[in-house]
Amino acid sequence: MGMTLAEKILSEHAGKKVQAGEIVIVQTDLAYAQDGTGPLAVRKIQEMGFEKVFNPRKTIFFLDHAAPSPKFELSNDHTFLRGFSERTGCRISDVGYGISHQVVAEEEVKPGDVVIGADSHTCTGGALSAFATGVGSTDAAVAMALGKIWFRVPETIRVVMNGKLPAGVYGKDIILHLIGKIGAAGATYKALEFAGDAIEHLEMAGRMTIANMAVEAGAKVGIFSSDEITRDWLNRMERPEDFRELASDLDAIYEKTIEIDAKPLKPTIACPHQVDNTRTIDEIGEVSVNQVYLGTSCNGRLEDLRIAADILKGKKIHPKIRMIVTPGSRLVYLEALKDGTMEILIEAGALAMPPGCGACVGLHEGVLGDGEVCLATQPRNFQGRMGSPNSFIYLGSPAVAAATAIEGKIADPRKYL
Amino acid sequence: MKGRAWKFGDAISTDHIIPGRYFYLRSNLPELAKHIFEYEKPNFSEKVSRGDFIVAGHNFGQGSSREHAAIVVKMNGIQAVLAKSFARIFYRNCFNSGLPAVICDTDKFGEGDVLELFLDEGRIINYSRNETVSFIPIPPVMKQILSDGGLVEHVKKYGDIRLNL
Ligand code: SF4
Repeated sequence: MGMTLAEKILSEHAGKKVQAGEIVIVQTDLAYAQDGTGPLAVRKIQEMGFEKVFNPRKTIFFLDHAAPSPKFELSNDHTFLRGFSERTGCRISDVGYGISHQVVAEEEVKPGDVVIGADSHTCTGGALSAFATGVGSTDAAVAMALGKIWFRVPETIRVVMNGKLPAGVYGKDIILHLIGKIGAAGATYKALEFAGDAIEHLEMAGRMTIANMAVEAGAKVGIFSSDEITRDWLNRMERPEDFRELASDLDAIYEKTIEIDAKPLKPTIACPHQVDNTRTIDEIGEVSVNQVYLGTSCNGRLEDLRIAADILKGKKIHPKIRMIVTPGSRLVYLEALKDGTMEILIEAGALAMPPGCGACVGLHEGVLGDGEVCLATQPRNFQGRMGSPNSFIYLGSPAVAAATAIEGKIADPRKYL
Repeated sequence: MKGRAWKFGDAISTDHIIPGRYFYLRSNLPELAKHIFEYEKPNFSEKVSRGDFIVAGHNFGQGSSREHAAIVVKMNGIQAVLAKSFARIFYRNCFNSGLPAVICDTDKFGEGDVLELFLDEGRIINYSRNETVSFIPIPPVMKQILSDGGLVEHVKKYGDIRLNL
């Protein structure tokens, strides 16, 4: 009997053939936590009585959510994580180096890996054909201490997208469309596997956006086959040796298949306060905006900044808009500086923040006040996430973000292409 | 132990349970726990009694992986969370923290109803309505983690993950 990608990877790491529904213990290749979940993970490691971690080289603490720290309590958490990393030889990715999911996609994750992160968007690694999933601090602590974790092997929903993607429609629109269709719990406990010619042509940045938001449909992982685009990404990241071909078997068993035709897709927006509250740009009506936020683990890659820069080139953002740009990592920041992308964005009136999660989680660098409206490229729009519980978050692609910044209201990017 | 039901709707996220803006209190759990459900049910922390239940609709605990959400629920004395369905990470976090999460038909419970949970038998008695609600018992692996007192205690006991698979 054939296997899905999830079954294949978990079988390899369990040392036996496993199938959906089984409970298995698997070896982990990489375990990480961030500054919001890491301190608790470290305390759990200590409570369990461990003084060392299983594989320090593959255990990483990211200081990315509060980077640099806006409050002394968070500075203390940072000190705590730096101290633990120093004592145990774990890697610390300090403030300004980047968002965990972006950095591991650049430097660590490879096809076939089992990746555990104490952050729900760890599923971003599925773009690189890894079984990458978010867990809480205790599960992460166990993975760090023992190099293993238990899982229920998930059933897989196959999402097949064929056809040519229209101009102005990106990975973000695809995943928002899917979540609008199946709902925020439409894939709970399941693996989402993406296939079809539209997916095969999608560049790595778009795949990462889709994988990142798999959790917004409740999924455990959102996973892609590896191909030439995966190889190109690994080459670009100077680790060609990490490439390996990986795909599900032709006779794999899926719980169901969802087919999507790419051709009629439109720029899509998630409206407050739920990710599955989606509308196409044609249905959105007049929504005036105070803040545009470009960045995050969902859309903070060079490609995303370029999409926005192509639209904003030679233009000025609307006077009542503040546009905040936060590159996903130092590498993205440097690339965007060197190729002129950042210059275009700043000339248009955007302001740049250091690499990290920035305004996404309401800590700093763009906190919303009462009644304020933000169009953000992040993956999540729950009430109060970016600040006041009386503020409103709309989610859209970097192209929508750029068009909105120009017009001061949620705008269709297709006319700027 | 009997306890009262506190009712919530569908799609309660970990941000509803404990807002992201209290991120800076995560290393000060007693202080963090006071802010539980701040917008949903103001002053919840003062009103709730030991042994009470959270009773919710679908996809309870969606969103961020913050285990602090499960921990503050437990710290406020909640005996168990009952919901029509749970988000995946939150579900694991509950059992890892020693807090039972039970999937059942929560339309059968009203705000303030007095309930008693019989976890092993898969039933809940609703004394306010003189009704018994059955549910599919929790998975054996979750039961084992729970009976060891959470995943940390489990690993402490065995020095390893020793689930009877
Ligand atoms: S950018 Fe936002 S969604 Fe991504 S890891 Fe950071 S806080 Fe989470």
